[in-house]
Amino acid sequence: MHLVDRLPSGQDQLFIGLHLIHEVTSPQAFQMLRERGLTVLYPQRTFATVDHIVPTENQKRPFADPLAEAMMQALEKNTKEFGIEFFSLDTEYQGIVHIIGPELGLTQPGMTIACGDSHTATHGAFGAIGFGIGTSQIRDVLATQTMAINRPKVRQIYVKGDLGKGVYAKDIILRIMADLGVEGGLGFAYEYAGPTISKLDMEERMTICNMSIEGGARVGYVNPDQVTFDYLKGRRYVPQGSAFEKAVEFWKSLASPPDAQYDDRYELDATKIEPMVTWGINPGHGIGVTQNMPRVDDVPEHEREGVKKAYAHMNFKEGAPILGQKIGVAFIGSCTNGRISDLREAAKVVKGKKIADGVRAFVVPGSKQVALQAEKEGLDRIFREAGFDFRGAGCSMCLAMNPDKLKDDEISASSSNRNFIGRQGSPRGRTLLMSPAMVAAAAIAGKVVDVREYL
Amino acid sequence: MSLPTRALITGRGIPVMENDIDTDRIIPARFMKTVTFEGLGQYAFYDARFNEDGSKKGHPFDLPQFQGGTILITGRNFGCGSSREHAPQALHKYGIQAIIGESFAEIFIGNCTSLGIPCVSLNKEDVESLAQLVEENPEVIITIDLNEKLVKTAEQNFYLEINESFRKSLAEGIWDTTAELLQNKEKIKTLYDKLPYTKGFVA
Repeated sequence: MHLVDRLPSGQDQLFIGLHLIHEVTSPQAFQMLRERGLTVLYPQRTFATVDHIVPTENQKRPFADPLAEAMMQALEKNTKEFGIEFFSLDTEYQGIVHIIGPELGLTQPGMTIACGDSHTATHGAFGAIGFGIGTSQIRDVLATQTMAINRPKVRQIYVKGDLGKGVYAKDIILRIMADLGVEGGLGFAYEYAGPTISKLDMEERMTICNMSIEGGARVGYVNPDQVTFDYLKGRRYVPQGSAFEKAVEFWKSLASPPDAQYDDRYELDATKIEPMVTWGINPGHGIGVTQNMPRVDDVPEHEREGVKKAYAHMNFKEGAPILGQKIGVAFIGSCTNGRISDLREAAKVVKGKKIADGVRAFVVPGSKQVALQAEKEGLDRIFREAGFDFRGAGCSMCLAMNPDKLKDDEISASSSNRNFIGRQGSPRGRTLLMSPAMVAAAAIAGKVVDVREYL
Repeated sequence: MSLPTRALITGRGIPVMENDIDTDRIIPARFMKTVTFEGLGQYAFYDARFNEDGSKKGHPFDLPQFQGGTILITGRNFGCGSSREHAPQALHKYGIQAIIGESFAEIFIGNCTSLGIPCVSLNKEDVESLAQLVEENPEVIITIDLNEKLVKTAEQNFYLEINESFRKSLAEGIWDTTAELLQNKEKIKTLYDKLPYTKGFVA
């Protein structure tokens, strides 16, 4: 449906229905357009926001960081010059690019979506195909509304069984990463299916699709269903009235048929999933919270070097429990887990309690809309009374391009998506990935605990 | 736009033999606070090369025997993580012309191809043999031949793997995708008009 042509290289030329841009990966692309005398072919199909560098504490312009200010100004100039709608800090719709797309109803089933960010698979939760792209490809999409791609194979990840109390979508995807590895998805698109996935709401599905890239799969999606259509109805960019009925009809026609063939299939029993915690330096280094960290000699030979490197950085003892590991920072937010349902689940754990002495704890809503809703529900007060900071919307400490950073070798409990060395702003910093409820419980206890005992 | 072919790349190697080297390793996010790609070469592998006091850790990029090397040799799943083109840009500006590894993350390999940097895969044994060869004799001259699909040294040749469309793009000098895509402007317009959502599902 979106195939324009087969290119001389053999790649497919794919039409991109929705292009999302932000301040970090787009300025060079606009510069390339200027150098070549090109323009934006369909500016009405590109939308911009600012998220990565946004300070979450003081958002007054000019920003305190002149480099961040320069990036902000570049985006303002580029969107104005090329006629692209920009959800800036002056609007009520600014936020993390993968949170605002769905929120505004820009993300719709069957669309091809591209963004200069690897977590673009998030939009796959709607039965869209989201591609994370680099800056040269942003140039391609701006100039031609198309991009060159190689067709992936498809692996169906079939999840059955009910999730236990205190076990969330985040735990499903961390379990998948632990089982299939961080390179297991190379060359594949992941289709998440099965009764457990069908029962998840849209925000939970987004959490799962979001982390596909951490398993090596550039694309991840869930087939659209009534849950999807109900979420979209009435949103700003979704057609209304009879056009909506037509849209639903079209969207329904897109789902994989029951007899679809897959290049590979993986089945997971959700009843066996515990709250997950990562102990190492990639998102595949996850274990159930009651399990012990692996011994180097117990892991397959080809993973041993990586596991040794992980222990050298984390300074943890092999074979020790993760339960009880002290933390210094708690971060709730990111495109993985910065939505209203994430804040609600975390607030349930936090309500009426105080964070442990010596812990720095932040809630960074994924968008202004999430922040406004949280305030309406009084969640901001619950967090503040417990000792959390409740900040402005942005990517924040997920990748620490703003002032929110780990110090020295601090350990953070984080609801984000990557525990790579140095990811949260300190080259020696250490990140433990987990669900927002687990982060909330860790903030209260000052150490890794089992959230099931806090519910 | 006609581009040079990248069918043959010859140079000395720099072995960085680890698996799952992510793009935050290749260039930490704090160095991406810029609106250009200029000057990124100095930040390639920054935190793996330098201690916080600025002293060197002894990373292969700083070892005297590998200076002037242009072919990076690495392990499995190189370039995993973020889509930042700053990563291949930093390597390229440092002087890397091609990468030989066991496997590559998909967005990363696409970004490299857009810049004319071939990423070619060897099997585990071969990549380890090649790295060993370079460790023992850093002066070894390596040639990546995309036409014959071989990585060649005076002592030994290795069969390489690369996605056929990437191979063709690089070998034939058609890796500037914008130029290729623009050829189909009419077809793009036809498709745009046909898709129901571009008109808000109003016929």
